[in-house]
Amino acid sequence: MSAIIQIQNVSKTYNNGHQALHSINLDIKKGEILSLLGPNGAGKTTLISIICGLVNKSSGSILIDNFDNTTHYRQAREKIGLVPQELHLGMFDKVWNTLRYSRGLFGKKADDAYLDQLLKDLSLHDKKNEEMRNLSGGMKRRVLIAKALAHQPEILFLDEPTAGVDVELRKDMWQIVDKLRQSGVTIILTTHYIEEAEAIADRVGVINQGKIILLDETKAIMKRLGKKHMHLELQTPLSQLPDTLKALNFEMSEDGASLYYHFKNQKEYANIPKLLKAVTDCDILINELHTSKSSLEDIFVNLVTNEK
Amino acid sequence: MNLTAIKAIYNAEMKRFWSTIGQSIVSPVISTSLYFVVFGSAIGSRIDQVEGIDYGTFIVPGMMMFALLTQSVSNASFGIFFQKFTGTMYEILSAPVSSTEILLGFVGAAASKSFIIGSIILITSNFFVDLHIQHPIIMLTFFILTCLSFSLLGFIIGLWADNFEKLQIVPLLIITPLVFLGGSFYSINMLPEIWQSISLFNPVLYLVSGFRWSFFGVSDVNITLSLIFIGLFLSTCVGIVWWMFRTGYKLRS
Ligand SMILES: Nc1ncnc2c1ncn2[C@@H]1O[C@H](COP(=O)(O)OP(=O)(O)O)[C@@H](O)[C@H]1O
Ligand SMILES: [Mg+2]
Repeated sequence: MSAIIQIQNVSKTYNNGHQALHSINLDIKKGEILSLLGPNGAGKTTLISIICGLVNKSSGSILIDNFDNTTHYRQAREKIGLVPQELHLGMFDKVWNTLRYSRGLFGKKADDAYLDQLLKDLSLHDKKNEEMRNLSGGMKRRVLIAKALAHQPEILFLDEPTAGVDVELRKDMWQIVDKLRQSGVTIILTTHYIEEAEAIADRVGVINQGKIILLDETKAIMKRLGKKHMHLELQTPLSQLPDTLKALNFEMSEDGASLYYHFKNQKEYANIPKLLKAVTDCDILINELHTSKSSLEDIFVNLVTNEK
Repeated sequence: MNLTAIKAIYNAEMKRFWSTIGQSIVSPVISTSLYFVVFGSAIGSRIDQVEGIDYGTFIVPGMMMFALLTQSVSNASFGIFFQKFTGTMYEILSAPVSSTEILLGFVGAAASKSFIIGSIILITSNFFVDLHIQHPIIMLTFFILTCLSFSLLGFIIGLWADNFEKLQIVPLLIITPLVFLGGSFYSINMLPEIWQSISLFNPVLYLVSGFRWSFFGVSDVNITLSLIFIGLFLSTCVGIVWWMFRTGYKLRS
């Protein structure tokens, strides 16, 4: 696959002297879903804003389908749709009017049939004549997506599309993204939820303090990063950890009421029954079982210590 | 040129005007009528004529100028400021739209609104006094140039302002006083000599005076001076906007 976006040595220092991006290099492939994963303040929004033309870069170059995004900004921007992180909408605008406006801004001839279909695809059709202020947060997010797609872009940027969105809506959003990808749109989304990156992205770029510190296929990244823990709540606290369990690398909490196990890789998940059997073999009764994945914070701690 | 985009911005800005069309028409009609009641009748009964013109008739160009200046500045500054304030500006900045196209959309809409309001005032005035415009082409030129240049000024203020105070301060502290002291409702010949001289430093005087000349053929200052002034003012605003755009001033960080 060829690169539809080429980012070369892009740095950004804001006017207040803060350097938000340090020489970013990134090729985004046509048709892929790339997730930029990083904590708040990592520089995700800054990078997206530079690509889309909201922020000027301090140095470096960006090609969109081989068009420089500053010298040939018209050709470059035509291909891009942006869904911003914040719900920036005119509260008294009607859904339908705002879509026609968006399409017009991008210089496209009116096409009501297309916009109608877009509204249907995003389950917004019954809100067509509604004013923004009457819509829920999730609906507003959909309107923003519809606006970004109103000019039929080849590339869609979604900046934290599921921040502050409930679980059900999040799944909805993933479906929307998946449908878009099937129609051939290249999608770049930012998130600080590792599950989100894992669920929908083909590739993940991990960004921290203005640098891309890791970029790989999602599976490969998850193998390296997405460590799982198992936590067993016991019915009666133990006074000490049995040797058989110690040998299996179980850990006990200080009060003896919980056992922990850290998986080294995904293959180890297959061992869960064996591990549980070892526990019951010691006549330990389990109250509850939890598994969890390492949080983004864990991952950064991991990456940084690995680098040293 | 992305004409479709200019139209999109223009229409979006005009929409507020049309959606409150009743209010948009009624308020200039009411304020014009009030001016005639207050200035025309109350004061006009004491001042019979100014420079040989019936006082009620005399104030029409000043009244129009007053509305054009304040409306242009407030409409244009609010339009762009509002988009910055609500964050909806992101869409324009990410669109294949040049700065000039953004300008044409916003300033065009603000100037159109002022033009419509000015026309309503003119029509309303016709019910109160007998108007005969001596130099219609010059009158129209002044009319349009004023709408355009003060909408440009408003656009600059809207770009510059990053809070509501700043948005209000220039109209409130500079424009309104200058308009009031610029001979909108009187001839500077009615002032003591010292104030006449001071008034000559008021740029608005040249506008009002020139506009009045196009109506009645009489003016406080030479009509050529007035035309030069409005031309200079327009060029200055264009220059400032050009500089703002070139540096990405307050639009793109
Ligand atoms: N306009 C700005 N001026 C100065 N600093 C900024 C500006 N926008 C963002 N920053 C800073 O740049 C860094 C990266 O921000 P951002 O790109 O928004 O991160 P993210 O989207 O990953 O949370 C942060 O430290 C933020 O405070
Ligand atoms: Mg962000």
